[in-house]
Amino acid sequence: MTTVGDVADLVRSKNAGPFWQTLDVFCPDDEAYRAVAEAPGVDAETVARAYRVDPATVRIFRLPAIRVVKISFPRPTAQGGIADRDMHAGQQHVPLARLPLHP
Amino acid sequence: MPETPTPETRVIVPAGMLGAGFTAEAVERGIALGGHAIAIDGGSTDSGPYYLGAAAPKMPAEAISADLRIMLTRGAAAGIPVIVGSAGTSGTDTGVDWVAGLVAEIAEEEGLALTVARIYSELAPEAVVALVEAGRTRPLPPAADLTAERVRRCAHIVGLMGAEPIIAALDAGADVVIGGRATDTAVIAAVPLRAGRPAGPSWHAAKTAECGGQCTTNPRGGGVLVIVDDEGFTVDPLEPTSAATPTSVAAHMIYENADPNVMREPSGTLDVTDAVYTALDDRRVRVTGSRFTEQAPTVKLEGSGLIGHQSIAIAGIKDPEVLASIDVWADGLRAFVAAKVADVLGLGADVVDVQVRCYGWNAVLGELDPDTGPPREVGAVLIATAPDQATATKVVKLANPYLLHMPLPGMDHLPSFAFLTSPAEIPRGPLYEFLLQHVVTVDDPGELFRTEIEEVGR
Repeated sequence: MTTVGDVADLVRSKNAGPFWQTLDVFCPDDEAYRAVAEAPGVDAETVARAYRVDPATVRIFRLPAIRVVKISFPRPTAQGGIADRDMHAGQQHVPLARLPLHP
Repeated sequence: MPETPTPETRVIVPAGMLGAGFTAEAVERGIALGGHAIAIDGGSTDSGPYYLGAAAPKMPAEAISADLRIMLTRGAAAGIPVIVGSAGTSGTDTGVDWVAGLVAEIAEEEGLALTVARIYSELAPEAVVALVEAGRTRPLPPAADLTAERVRRCAHIVGLMGAEPIIAALDAGADVVIGGRATDTAVIAAVPLRAGRPAGPSWHAAKTAECGGQCTTNPRGGGVLVIVDDEGFTVDPLEPTSAATPTSVAAHMIYENADPNVMREPSGTLDVTDAVYTALDDRRVRVTGSRFTEQAPTVKLEGSGLIGHQSIAIAGIKDPEVLASIDVWADGLRAFVAAKVADVLGLGADVVDVQVRCYGWNAVLGELDPDTGPPREVGAVLIATAPDQATATKVVKLANPYLLHMPLPGMDHLPSFAFLTSPAEIPRGPLYEFLLQHVVTVDDPGELFRTEIEEVGR
């Protein structure tokens, strides 16, 4: 099954302040961008399941001009707290990259 | 240079962070291109809650001084101001004084006479309690309403200044502005805003340049010059070998920003939805269409408080039999150690937290990890968090033989794992947490900040 990571140039993640994380999918061309932006497997419900967060908090931005799909949601645990595993949220992109475009 | 139809304000941003390092040549190129100020961000929350909680800087003094020396000597020679924000990583008062002290040292050594403004942004917890009680704080998602109890758990609290206190310091004649916590953009936007350029291009230029070369195709290749005029702004990389492209500039707006189109500042909101990015040539980009809407001013708060103290120990595991059931092993060890702590030390889970994180297995993603199958090797990190350092270390000492020898259920022998160190226990220090995701409503965007001006050097 083709995944987000298969068609993207780069999938990355980072804190957006101590209480949010944001994931960026950079696509090499318009075809790849449309594949991700229109993928039934890349919606708030699916992302929320992959990250075990409330789907109502997942924000998805589609930016065709720069061929980026951006996904932001509150961190399940605040940056640097006792339960945090990733100080900069720099490795949180992997579950997104593994999502199949057509589950 | 061709005549320009409108006045321009040019800001040299040599790097994304004070102490990251840059060349004198890059700053000199910005000055040769007519830079009106050198501005740089000195910190953020990105390195975690320790730096604010402990009021300690992330970077060594030598790295900060090396960058300051280039900016101060070149800035003074050109007669343009140097602006630093979020001094000392978190922008606490001690961070401002620390950086101001380094500036004074360099001024003496280099024979510079400088007017230095220190802008303090730290707020005493009781002052914030008063704001809470006056109904002047509001939560930002995902936070709940702020309580006095939560404020009092903070060891240090800072407010994020916008451009206004920086503009006031420059108006007062400062050659050098050392700001406490500021928005990453404020140190840059203050320069064009003070010169009367419109807010949309000023804030968008500042957001584009705030991480230095990150908005270019060579993110590690030095800083940028941003040129703001009445219609828009231009990005010109300071390294001749670096290039800005419409995509590299547009893409920076999404970096570390939850919403790629809007960004709240103390005085209003930048909206780049309709921004147009055009290549001027193969290395410079022109941006127009950025909008800024003034709003009732707010100041965002950051606060960090102590959770406890931690000690850790690290054991390497290579035994394939243990690795095949690493989750069972880790859960078993954690439960066993927690029971020992309760039994021998009389401390329950409400006092001592014990975790086992298996690097090489799922330490980074935990339950979210999409990978299955046994790892090749694991670094098992046992983490004890307790109210004080001595207790945390005692817990790890108590756990030592079990971290070394914990068998899988049903094993008929005691394995021995590969400890990294002797002693195995490593006191790690205090653990802090971020506690505030709130804003204060203010009448005047500068009212929570205090400025002191002094003459230093020759």
